[in-house]
This record gives sequence, C-alpha cells and structure tokens, in this order.
Amino acid sequence: MDLCSLTIHEASQRLRSREFSSVEITSAFLERIEKVDPRLRALVTVCQDEALEQAREADGRLARGDGGVLTGIPVVIKDNMCTRGVRTTCSSRMLENFIPPYDATVVERLRAEGMVMLGKSNMDEFAMGSSTEHSAFFPTHNPWDLDRVPGGSSGGSAVSVIAGETACAIGSDTGGSIRQPAGFCSVVGLKPTYGRVSRYGLVAFASSLDQIGPLTKDVTDCALLMNAIAGHDPRDSTSLDVPVPDYTEALVSDIHGIRLGVPKEYFVEGMQKEVADAIRAAIAVMEGLGAEVDWDASLPTTRYGLAAYYIIAPSEASANLARYDGVKYGFSAQDADSIWEAMEKTKQNGFGPEVKRRIMLGTYALSAGYYDAYYRKAQQVRTLTRRDFDQAFEKYDALVTPTSPSVPFKIGEKVDDPLQMYLSDVCTLPINIGGVPGISVPAGFADGLPVGMQFIGRSLGEEVLLRLAYAFEQATDWHKMRPPAL
Amino acid sequence: MKLSREEVRHLAVLVRLGVSDEEVDRFGEQLSDILEAFQVLQEVDTTDVPPTGHAIALEGVMRDDEPGPSLPEEQVLANAPNREDDFFRVRPVLE
Repeated sequence: MDLCSLTIHEASQRLRSREFSSVEITSAFLERIEKVDPRLRALVTVCQDEALEQAREADGRLARGDGGVLTGIPVVIKDNMCTRGVRTTCSSRMLENFIPPYDATVVERLRAEGMVMLGKSNMDEFAMGSSTEHSAFFPTHNPWDLDRVPGGSSGGSAVSVIAGETACAIGSDTGGSIRQPAGFCSVVGLKPTYGRVSRYGLVAFASSLDQIGPLTKDVTDCALLMNAIAGHDPRDSTSLDVPVPDYTEALVSDIHGIRLGVPKEYFVEGMQKEVADAIRAAIAVMEGLGAEVDWDASLPTTRYGLAAYYIIAPSEASANLARYDGVKYGFSAQDADSIWEAMEKTKQNGFGPEVKRRIMLGTYALSAGYYDAYYRKAQQVRTLTRRDFDQAFEKYDALVTPTSPSVPFKIGEKVDDPLQMYLSDVCTLPINIGGVPGISVPAGFADGLPVGMQFIGRSLGEEVLLRLAYAFEQATDWHKMRPPAL
Repeated sequence: MKLSREEVRHLAVLVRLGVSDEEVDRFGEQLSDILEAFQVLQEVDTTDVPPTGHAIALEGVMRDDEPGPSLPEEQVLANAPNREDDFFRVRPVLE
C-alpha cells in the first residue's frame, strides 16, 4: 500500500485498527519528501526528528485507545504560522532565523489532536503573491508541470498535498492564497468565514482579510480539519464566539433544490476559454445533480474588487510590517550610524521587492492628500461588495465561479509585472473583502493543467459549501487525478 | 498618475524603508502603473455609502483582567538582535 496516497480518513481508520503505525506513515512521508522535494521545493523546513517523536507519542495514544480521528496523521504548516521551537520564516530574509517561543492557536489545536508536523511550507514572502515566486529562498514548482507555478501564496502547502509529501496541509488566505493554489494544484482548499478560525500566531499581513484554512486531498478531509481548527479563541478578539458544528454532518451528496447563482462578472474579459468551458461543464454537473442554477446572476461591484483589494491589503500591510524594526527579533542591520539608518537598512535588506512594493503602495494610499481618493474609496467599495453578497444570498444558497481566470502560468512569466500577477486573484479576492467563505475543488483540466471551481457561501455558511463540494466530488473523479510520477 | 522620484523617496522616508536609486526608478514606474489602473475606482458612485473597515462589526471586545502566566524573560529576549541584561538594546533615539 502506498501510504503517501492516503487521505486523512483512509489513514485514520487504518491507524486506529493498527494496520500500520504513525511512525510508519510519518517515515513514508519523510522518505517521499527526501525523494521529490529537491525538485518541487515545497518545504522550507523539514522537522524529521520532531515529527518522528510526535508520531511515537501518537502511537502511544492510539495503543491506549485515546486517539481521535486526526491522531497520528501527518500535516504540513504554512511557514507564516508560529511553531514553538521550529523556525517560522514567512519565506523572508527578515525572519530567516526567527524561532517563535509559542504556537499559533491552530498549531496548538492540531498538536492537541495528536497530529504530526512534518514541516513548514514555502510561500510568497509574508503571503504577498500569487505564485510562490516571491519566496526569498526559492520558487516552488507545480508537480503537474515543473516549469509552472503552483499558485500562491500557500503554494508550498498545495504542492505538498498533491505530491504526496503529506496527508494534508494548513494555509492562509488573504485574497485567494488558499483557493488559488488549491485550484492550480488540484486539491481542495477552504477559506473559512472571517473570524471562524483563530489568527493568533499567524504572522499578520492584512488583518481585516487574513484567514487560516485547510488544503486537503478531498472534501471529507477538509471537514475533518475544520472540526479541529474552527472555534472561538480569547487570544484573537476577531474570532467569532459562535458554536462550531460537526462539519462531517454536512457531507451529504443530495443537493436537490439548492439554489446556485453563477455571477456573470466572474467570467471576466481575458479569461482563458478552456477554463471557462471546464467550469461551465462542472456547473452543468451540479445542475444534473438537482441544483437549481441561475446562469445569469450578477455581482455588479466585482469589476472594482481588484483595485479595492490592492489598496486595502497593502494599506494594512504597511502598518503591520512597521514592526520589523530590527530591535525585538528578526533581521537587524548592524552597519548603521543612527537608529533611523539602522531601521532603513534593516527593511531594505530584510524585505524582498513585492513586500517593499506593497508597503510603498499602502503608505501612498494612506498618506495625506490621497487617503480619500484611495483608502476611503476602497472601503466604500468594500461596503458595496458586501451589499452585493447580501443581496445575492437572498436569492441563492451559494454562488459558483472559476477559482482563477487561467491555468497555472509559467515560472517567470508574471514575476516582474505586478499588475498581471494581481489579476490572477480577480475571482478570489472579493470573497475576502466580503468576509464570506469560499472553497476551491478540483473541477477538470485545460491543456492538461488543473482547473479549480469555487463555491462562495454566506457568512458562516461553510456547511453548504462542503455539501456542494462533496456532491460534486461524489459525481466526478477529478479529485482522484494525480500528477505524473516524479 | 506619474509618481516623481521625490514622491517615491518621500514615501520611503515615511515608512523608514531604505531604497536604492534603481529601486526608486523601478518602484516609481510600477506604482504609477498600478495607481493608474486603480483610477477605475473613481467611476464608482459612492455618494452616501459608508466605509467598511472590517468584515465583521465587532465593537470593543472586552475580557476580565485576570493575571495569567506570561512568557519567561529568557524566551522573550531569545530572538533579540542586541540585548543588555534583561533589556532590548537600541541605538540612541535622542542625540
């Protein structure tokens, strides 16, 4: 049996029946990482010794019969979530040697379940990017075509899942950073409702938009991880104090009568035709399963979403990243004559080009004389975006769109053209602006490369999304496709 | 919407970000293109539309002020680039 191909739910059952041990499946993944990661570069840090130690502990729990569904299951964590004693770099020179003294709440919860942390995944620096090329260390390669990007910023997490380097992974999503790489790599990726999952210990990028979520081989695994990570956390004042359902109860394949809207604005000008065709075919499958599909839904503010997002997110980033002054932790330039020069050199040498660009853009949008024209205007557009969603969800139970306007692009193709790079988020970022949940599921291929379909739900409507995604998964085989042997 | 070199340098000073001459030219050009594209926002009629700063309308989340364990000093200072005794060491702020 190829242990590396198993989903969480498949492995969990066998772990608990003692068919194999956590040490065995953990070792299998570590060997797989050693074999394929030199070409994929999905991981920044591999925690071999710690992982095997955690696996032994999990085996102890399983032997005593006090293991849960996630006990002994290996997981990869995006490298912007704090892990006690394991360096957390954000794929930045700034944090290259930063070893957090505490765990992010999400990490703490997964550890409590008895999960085994295999390593930390590569990302665009500080989660700013859509291709993982903005990692300060190295780009990550898409296993479906090694010359192409895996998407971003959670590119390392998505690749580690589809390439069988882990059973599952955790990512973060500020404008599409879970869903877009999930679509590009053909895995399931969920961005929960803003506030559903604690952000404590997540390195801040744009605090009103950031949200943590799972990347998995199938929808059942997504529900299982949500059961573990969702819920209120007193250490994150923006986390929602509302009960967490058992998400596995949403996994029913009957979707008769569910009202689905297809917002026409998401089939944007310049969208790759093969992608649009694949998504229309996938939506037709949903229709065939009994969903009531309105092919002519409308979210009129969509075309302003990109500009609003790329003002709001950099503005918040410019404030959040002011903390990297070289005093408390992180890179610190020593060859300076004054405190100001030290700060300037620390940021100049610690941050890469995209991070600097966004800090400057945000500073501009917030600066005197431009605030009303940019930042305030973007926040007003945010209000209109939310109204769009509110009105749509009076008529529909969920919306369905492409996850991205194209298939994965070539490494190097957009890295020096920020506006073109930003456009690859055009279908995902309105969801963050609205604070609502979105999920990307494998929905086909165009030119041999993965295409993701996105379902968007109302606030705290994750269960509807999981139900729709599960029904689609039961009716199709796209989630079983694997990239060519590496 | 063309940012001058002086404007780019001014932004860098505001955020204490060191920039080379080459970066000033490149960022100036790229930011100008981006801001030009974002002019599309001016088309939107936002009369009487209030701004939204946050996806969920939370107001002053309060908790009881109960003492709890904090990180030990050694761990707090473990990542400090420069330390002196139990303090972060910085350069003089006032000359």
